[in-house]
Amino acid sequence: MGLALLGAVSQGILWGIMVLGVFITYKLLDIADLTVDGSFALGGCVCAVMVVGGMDPLLAIVVAMVAGMVAGAVTGFLHTVFEIPAILAGILTQIGLWSINLRIMGKSNTPLLKNETIFSSVTDATGLSTNVGAIIVGVVIAVVIIVALYWFFGTEIGSACRATGNNEAMVRALGVNTKITKMIALTLSNGLVGLSGALICESQKYADIGMGTGAIVIGLAAIVIGEVLWRVLPGAKLHAFGGRLTSAVVGSIVYFLIRAIVLQMGMDANDMKLLSAIIVALALCVPVVWEKYQLRRAYARASRELPETEGATTEGGR
Amino acid sequence: MLTLSHVSKTFNAGTINEKRALVDCNLHLAPGDFVTIIGGNGAGKSTLMNMVAGVYPIDAGTITLDGKNISRLSEPARAKYLGRVFQDPMMGTAADMQIIENLAMAKRRGRARTLAWGVTRAEKEEYADRLRELGLGLEKRPTAKVGLLSGGQRQALTLLMATLTEPKLLLLDEHTAALDPKTAAKVLDLTEKIVAEKNLTTLMVTHNMNDAIRMGNRLIMMHEGRIIYDVRGDEKRSLTVKDLLQKFEEVSGGELANDRMLLS
Repeated sequence: MGLALLGAVSQGILWGIMVLGVFITYKLLDIADLTVDGSFALGGCVCAVMVVGGMDPLLAIVVAMVAGMVAGAVTGFLHTVFEIPAILAGILTQIGLWSINLRIMGKSNTPLLKNETIFSSVTDATGLSTNVGAIIVGVVIAVVIIVALYWFFGTEIGSACRATGNNEAMVRALGVNTKITKMIALTLSNGLVGLSGALICESQKYADIGMGTGAIVIGLAAIVIGEVLWRVLPGAKLHAFGGRLTSAVVGSIVYFLIRAIVLQMGMDANDMKLLSAIIVALALCVPVVWEKYQLRRAYARASRELPETEGATTEGGR
Repeated sequence: MLTLSHVSKTFNAGTINEKRALVDCNLHLAPGDFVTIIGGNGAGKSTLMNMVAGVYPIDAGTITLDGKNISRLSEPARAKYLGRVFQDPMMGTAADMQIIENLAMAKRRGRARTLAWGVTRAEKEEYADRLRELGLGLEKRPTAKVGLLSGGQRQALTLLMATLTEPKLLLLDEHTAALDPKTAAKVLDLTEKIVAEKNLTTLMVTHNMNDAIRMGNRLIMMHEGRIIYDVRGDEKRSLTVKDLLQKFEEVSGGELANDRMLLS
């Protein structure tokens, strides 16, 4: 059990990089970008083929990230230049990537076997266990990326990207071409997704054509779990941007912990996607239900404080 | 300063919903002109503003601003020259971003965005001063999210943003229509103050005839996509609401008055 949980934490951190990518499109740009499923597998496939071909494992990850960026740029191109709705543009790229990924690998999966990975070089050099090594590498990369994103979204270009998700009309009126900001965000987002796919590939020592299936749902689940945690945790500030980014990665870790626990409890691994969907659906329902409940309660409280009106009965809120 | 010649715009051309929003519009503004625009619903007031701002492409004609033909420029490319305030207080600001972040983005209107930090320290002080001038106490909470502000505060902020980098032309599209009368009056006072201070060339659409008469040095009336009345100087100053209504009936053969205009 302990080992399984440790494995879940390491997986959660590495997938957390993907969640940061989803965070950019879903939370900042207000787009549900379905490219993610394809670009995650793309990152894994590119990385696997490069490593098996003898490339340096670190360089292979960089190449995989660039591949992810290209995938994001394709979606961005379809969405901004040809005005295809973002969801549809993402689906088109995702479907196309399935075939591309098969072409890249030439088969449906590629094992890395005895090839060196960034994780094996860390564990070999330090003598740490596989999971602890993966956690350390993952935390370092996650911290670097959170700091980089915090910086980027504080710059003039980054501010314009954030504002685009907020109010496009205003951003255009201030002289920013929103096609470019959307393009930047989609490219950056899918770069991180590709990077995450490559990291997962190197840590599990294989790439599979189906490894990205459902990645977007995992991303959304992690984001909402993170948000809920940050709302509950005392002292954690959800409105601070660094906190929001961190919450996304923490949400990812918690997601994989939940997953490990229910699998340990004997759940069929194939049912996991259903569970993910239920988690996301629940997490999206809770704030709505909560707000309605609060309104009803506030109304009931206010009604009690009012003097009784002749002949009127108070019925529950709205 | 601004010249529109033979500008036309038809929406949904060739369909049953065809709407000739602007018909062969001609208008020339001298530098420093403050023009108020009135007209009934669907007269083409907002379309005129949107044509100048480049929200939609024009069908025909040319728009020249300060000697430069801007007819075919995209909306972001024209933003360099224009300050805009919209009718909807939600439209002029980014709700999830801080007051100073919004100001900083407005400060960079028309400039290429770089990877320099979005809000510099020197700017923060400048913005505190400018916010103080609004007299709304916003300088005390510069990092508050704009979404927490009231409609009036947001409009005042948008007005400040529109004029932070001096525009060649200020476009105000019924910018007080969504506010309560008291707040609207405040925002209008602020508008007059800022326009006078910077001697801005301004186009202001309003549904309030009193405001249209009181403010600015020139008034135009629109009807069915055409400018049907153009008055300035002493003649404008001596106008009354009754004169305007009469004038409208004369030219259009119909009644200008809708309830909204009469009640305000």
